Amino acid sequence: MARPRLSRETPAAPPRAPRGTPLSDEEMARASVASWTPALEYAWDAGEAISRFLAGLRDGRILGVRCRACGRTVTPPRVFCELDFRPMDEWVELPDTGTINTFSICYITWDMKPLRRPQIPAVIEIDGTSPRGGFLHLIGGVRGRTVEEIRRQIAVGTPVRAVWKPAARRTGAITDILHFAPVKSHVRP
Amino acid sequence: MGRRPRRRVAVVGAGMTLFMRRALETGKELAYYAASQALESAGVRLRDVQAVVMATAPDAFDGVHMKGEWLLDGAGGVRRPYLRAYVGGGSGVFSIISGWSLVASGLCDLALVVAEEKMSSCQPHPQAAFLTIFDHILERPLGPNLLWIFALEQQRYMAAYGIRNEDIALVSVKNKRNALAHPCAQVAADLTVRDVLASEVVAWPVHRLMVSPVSDGAAAVVLAAEDLAPRLTDRPVWIQGVGWSLDTSYWGNRDLAYPRYVERAARMAYAMAGITEPRRQIHIAEPYDPFAYKELHHLEGLLLADRGKAPEDLAAGRFDRTGELPSCPSGGLMGVGNPIAAAGLMKVCELFWQLRQEAGARQVPGNPERGVAQAWGDLMQIGTVVVLGVR
Repeated sequence: MARPRLSRETPAAPPRAPRGTPLSDEEMARASVASWTPALEYAWDAGEAISRFLAGLRDGRILGVRCRACGRTVTPPRVFCELDFRPMDEWVELPDTGTINTFSICYITWDMKPLRRPQIPAVIEIDGTSPRGGFLHLIGGVRGRTVEEIRRQIAVGTPVRAVWKPAARRTGAITDILHFAPVKSHVRP
Repeated sequence: MGRRPRRRVAVVGAGMTLFMRRALETGKELAYYAASQALESAGVRLRDVQAVVMATAPDAFDGVHMKGEWLLDGAGGVRRPYLRAYVGGGSGVFSIISGWSLVASGLCDLALVVAEEKMSSCQPHPQAAFLTIFDHILERPLGPNLLWIFALEQQRYMAAYGIRNEDIALVSVKNKRNALAHPCAQVAADLTVRDVLASEVVAWPVHRLMVSPVSDGAAAVVLAAEDLAPRLTDRPVWIQGVGWSLDTSYWGNRDLAYPRYVERAARMAYAMAGITEPRRQIHIAEPYDPFAYKELHHLEGLLLADRGKAPEDLAAGRFDRTGELPSCPSGGLMGVGNPIAAAGLMKVCELFWQLRQEAGARQVPGNPERGVAQAWGDLMQIGTVVVLGVR
């Protein structure tokens, strides 16, 4: 590429006031806009590994995979080890118990509407996996709605067990596990 | 890696728009205002620019597929090599890394880097765009929202090191206060820790005032090759090192208490910059702070604080504008605002102005000679790092 022939070599201009026109709430209501509500639909294939995982959930089993090269047992399963970049060596059936790696008590929906009964998302470390081999799910079976009430019953490290949908209502989906519930009442130190 | 390309690259101009909850301007207009200001401050015209890099985050914010191409007119990308740098929230810093690679490689001598975001178009709330980052089979059926991943990570960080929410609320206080001195700031405020903790819990442990706002805005910088930069300015700011790294997308299998991918990116950038003792050799930091705890998390990943100890350093005043290592002297995303891609490049602009002693009321005392800017994003898995310095 040719060297740039500078069209001028003046010293830098003094800083200019930043541009931008913030709209107030009232102006936003009157702003000139066009709207569109898309109607897009997708049908996603679950693939080799997740199809088998979902079939396991329908049967009330949590499946994982093991890589002999790095020694990890992980779930959700995958056909290849992303660290060693080789096929996973074996499928393993894991227990439906684990511990809370981390959790939140969420009082809003995605569009910032308040939730009367909070959702309690958590990363669950499934027993039998390598440390931190877990996935996102929900905590249930706790009483109360306030942060204080809920934190009296669960904490990072609390043991939990999957609460399954009745077998006849399972569809082969992550929601075949209704939630994970504390195995025994947990008292915070 | 530790490789050091032979040709050096300097930042020679910078510009940005106001950051706003909702701007009258379109994305192209915002990009144009930031880009033209950067060109003007460098004393060059668009016709001198040989390549343009554009950063802008999800197409879903705008509802315009391939919005990088759509925004090209405002970024000055017409009829020249143009590329979009896109790694979610990490895009702002990734854009200067991409621009650097074009100039350092010798492909061109003068490049323009523009970052734009207009989140406000997405209705009823731009969080809708973030719903699609969750795994479509295993996570979306659980009804997630973006706050979950931050709340989960913050709680893991707190539990791993025994950190209190008061310690984290102090980040909001510092950054919103720093932003009072920034002419582009959207959510600058003089608050106390008590105010932050009195704001409602959105997703415990996250309170509303620990979350950066929805924003519209743009930022831009001009990059010049080693031999060209001194002809344009007496005070070029050199890109001394760049680094980036991504961790696995199986985020439930990661250590959420420590951003190892940020450490990898930082080590790559520091090796290139010849930095062996980052805490002594770096004078200003602009770590990515879309949520209050992220600044602390990232300062640790950048090796600028011991693991789990950044809150203590913060409480001791180490990261204040007048402290030993000023962090987010701009006011960061928590104070200036968070138009995703533009927010990352805003941090680069801040280092440019600070290192040239042009930051006005925000100027860090002493004569800072080297700074680090960092951004983060995707599904909590990318670290992008750039080291800038006066030599």
